[in-house]
Amino acid sequence: MDGVQIEIRDTRDIIAARSAGRDMARDRGFGSADQTRLATAISELTRNVIQYASNGFCTLSDLSNERDIIVHVVVEDSGPGIEDLAQAMEFGFSTSKGLGAGLPGTKRLVSSFEIESVPGHTVATIELTKRKII
Amino acid sequence: MKIPILKLKDILITSIQIDLTDEEAIEFQTDVLAKVSEIDANGVVIDITALDVVDSFMARVLNNTATMVRLLGAEVVLCGMQPSVAITLVEMGRELIGVETALNLDQAVDNINELIKSRATTALKERRLEPWMGCR
Repeated sequence: MDGVQIEIRDTRDIIAARSAGRDMARDRGFGSADQTRLATAISELTRNVIQYASNGFCTLSDLSNERDIIVHVVVEDSGPGIEDLAQAMEFGFSTSKGLGAGLPGTKRLVSSFEIESVPGHTVATIELTKRKII
Repeated sequence: MKIPILKLKDILITSIQIDLTDEEAIEFQTDVLAKVSEIDANGVVIDITALDVVDSFMARVLNNTATMVRLLGAEVVLCGMQPSVAITLVEMGRELIGVETALNLDQAVDNINELIKSRATTALKERRLEPWMGCR
């Protein structure tokens, strides 16, 4: 398994993380729409890190198996956590001045989306999956 | 990095060529507004051909910029959106982009001139009709 880890400390790291995501998706044979979906999803999640937790990590790895090509991304921080996850997943809900499109929008862009949050640790895991052509 | 804003007659043309950080995006918004007011521009064309990610933050900045420019009395047309960016924005939520758009710079300049012209005609009509109609 080869992976990349990017520390998220300021808004420049958002760009670094999403570029790394796009590169990995491109390298693994995903088309430009999928590359953009993944880059945008990473952008949303890492911005949340800056906005709510000030710093964290974005880890990209290739979890492909015999059947599927899988780009796996984990974005985590040690911030205060999300109080009401169900509410945060609602379109239009935001505790900051955001549009409230970040989390629900991200979920629609990727093949799988999971988020867990307790005070002091929030982990969002997303995957872009594509069937291998044999 | 500053994004150049060019003046062409009464419109401004600007092209975002690099990935902007959040701070740079806000700075760009401020610069556009300052320039509109400085030269009394009637329209602004923003080319986003080189943007390969427009996330909810960038979408908001672009929408807000357009609304603010309109408040100053000018029009905005966005042009050159990448197909994959359009796909992503619609999938995330179609509320994200509420700006006038055009395929390329040529069309954007045509559109903006039309918008400016139609705004001028409407204003003229309203002024002429009002005393006669005695309404509003």
